[in-house]
Amino acid sequence: MDCDAFFANVEKRDNPELADKPVIVGGGRRGVVSTACYLARIRGVRSAMPMFQALKLCPEAVVVKPRFEAYSEASRAIRAMMEEMTPAIEPLSLDEAFMDLTGTERLHGAPPAVMLARLTKRMQDELGLTGSIGLSHNKFLAKMASDFDKPRGFSVIGRAETVELLRPKPVSLIWGVGPAAQAQLDAVGIRTFDDILRWELKDLVKRFGGMGDRLWHLARGEDRRRVTPHDPVKSISNETTFDSDTRDPDILDGHIWRLAEKVSSRAKAKDLVGRVVVLKLKRADHTLLSRRVSLRAPTQIADTIYRTARGLFDARGDAAAYRLLGVGLSELSASASAPSEADLLDPGAAARERAERAADAIRAKFGEAAILKGRALR
Amino acid sequence: MKFSIERGVLLKAVAQAQSVVERRNTIPILANVLIEAEGDAVRFRATDLDIEVVDRAPATVEREGATTVAAVLLNEIVRKLPDGALVTLTDQGASGRLSIEAGRSNFQLATLPKEDFPVMASSEYEAEFTAPAPVLRRLFDKSKFAISTEETRYYLNGVYMHVADGETGRALRCVATDGHRLARVDAELPEGAANMAGVIVPRKTVGELRKLLDDDEALIEVSVSETKVRFATPAITLTSKVIDGTFPDYSRVIPQNNQKRLEVDANEFAKAVDRVATVSSERSRAVKLALDEDRLVLSVNAPDSGAAEEELAVAYGDERLEIGFNAKYLLEIASQVDRENAVFLFNSSGDPALVREGDDLSAVYVVMPMRV
Repeated sequence: MDCDAFFANVEKRDNPELADKPVIVGGGRRGVVSTACYLARIRGVRSAMPMFQALKLCPEAVVVKPRFEAYSEASRAIRAMMEEMTPAIEPLSLDEAFMDLTGTERLHGAPPAVMLARLTKRMQDELGLTGSIGLSHNKFLAKMASDFDKPRGFSVIGRAETVELLRPKPVSLIWGVGPAAQAQLDAVGIRTFDDILRWELKDLVKRFGGMGDRLWHLARGEDRRRVTPHDPVKSISNETTFDSDTRDPDILDGHIWRLAEKVSSRAKAKDLVGRVVVLKLKRADHTLLSRRVSLRAPTQIADTIYRTARGLFDARGDAAAYRLLGVGLSELSASASAPSEADLLDPGAAARERAERAADAIRAKFGEAAILKGRALR
Repeated sequence: MKFSIERGVLLKAVAQAQSVVERRNTIPILANVLIEAEGDAVRFRATDLDIEVVDRAPATVEREGATTVAAVLLNEIVRKLPDGALVTLTDQGASGRLSIEAGRSNFQLATLPKEDFPVMASSEYEAEFTAPAPVLRRLFDKSKFAISTEETRYYLNGVYMHVADGETGRALRCVATDGHRLARVDAELPEGAANMAGVIVPRKTVGELRKLLDDDEALIEVSVSETKVRFATPAITLTSKVIDGTFPDYSRVIPQNNQKRLEVDANEFAKAVDRVATVSSERSRAVKLALDEDRLVLSVNAPDSGAAEEELAVAYGDERLEIGFNAKYLLEIASQVDRENAVFLFNSSGDPALVREGDDLSAVYVVMPMRV
């Protein structure tokens, strides 16, 4: 299920004056289109288009600042409706989700197509929002089908017609085949799924590696990925945009510490440890500087994250003023499976970890502000 | 340039060269080996800008000269030539090709000008000494397993070779550590080494050096400056930059007062560790050692896959102790032990353990326990 012009339609629902007007949600700091309603899309406005360009195409459009609270709430309401149909829901974003309806026919007394039609009707009646449905025997085809006749679309791709239906379609429909991959495919004469069918699996793999294997199967309508309700968390990161650009190492140091602490407390809450620490800096001119380093052993300790990120900061080789700083932890694994060996060369680390755990316990009992490091005040 | 050389001799020289060149590099000339024919020998020179290897091989030189050609490609070709073949390499000059002829095979390889090849600047060495190959082999073989791959502490990415006070006087010492374990190996101080600056020999150099040390009779000339180290046999010269950093003070890491003494057949111990660790598929597998009156019980408990236990007869006379270690680290240390018995000295389950070969103090290992 993929909602139609989700942000824009939430705005139209909440403000009936907008109903017949072209609406663009976006603006804010970066000044690009987040979502455009279908009236605006007819004029050529697209997502991720710079706002000035969008307004050139559609000068009478009403530009609305995004209200993520409202979108989240609408998303939760739709999610609740989907949960009545199946527990196997994999959200892709606020307005799009895979549902595995395998084996639900007897439970609901109606086949999936009927249940999905009821879902969109309920969304319209109860929430005032519309969505498009793609129904098929795997994720790749369902996602493709949901785009076939948006808005208020309803497309079904049956197993028997799969290959014939794919044949004439361009490979660019595959999620993940961007311009670069498309150029590579173009170079060997692959433009449509039909072109892929002419290749042997081993030749495709030889030429394109893992992507070749994927293409070969997708062209035959085969996709074995499951609908997984919880995508495992791959990384944890936090960032801050400053009120004014700064190059003051003391101020930046305070930010590194506070962000390290935030990342650490999220990792601790989820019982995760990470092996890679990432430092992200955005210069005043919006260019990005990103540094990452692997740790000796995975960690969730704020002290370690801070020291590592600070080391990356000191070694960044850049003297610009920054508008944003971020700290992240990736290559996560469950903390229980992580080795807990102290470092021969840093005997103090064990004591610092004990101090941090003690401080965590104090905060859990007496509140967040009960105890904090001096450097958090910088 | 034109010379003829026996295939086996050529292969040895070219193989050494191609292992030094970086597989993925953006500077084309660095993929090449510089071949220089002069007198009655040919020099093969390869570099990755940090390490330079020069291999000198006897050949029948018809016309002196020099050129460069892709090292990996040349190695592949020579490897596939029949054993015992006489190989003739001729620089075609104008066409920019090097021809390789052996029997009925003929290859034409693209060359790059010899002038473009970066030759490592020669430097002044403060200390020069000679050491038998087996001595250096022992120093580096026993320490290199502990070299770190950690990016943050780059100064641990090598073996720290320096002069220290050993158990029996001044020693040439190699130390490596990654924070999990540490190896410290001593050898008698060779004449001329006393003034040597301590240097961190990078991991890759240690690997290349190993190829010079196979011959038990060989004497290796070692030259050391603060920035470079050179190992040379009559045929091969290996020059390397050293890691620019300070190796941490490892002496405080080595436990001095571990009293609980376990003595165990190193080979039996390693096999038992390997067996019990089989049940766990995790990257770092913890093995628990439970020690009691002349008895050692090794056990692994992997919640997802199962459990294993094995008992060994050992010499142990101290109070009961349970301590966990990463199986891989135990195996690596146990496999360093040349004598029959490994001696472990423990303090508590949270403190690092000291391991040595019998009562020989010239090689000691330290390993950090894991919580189990």
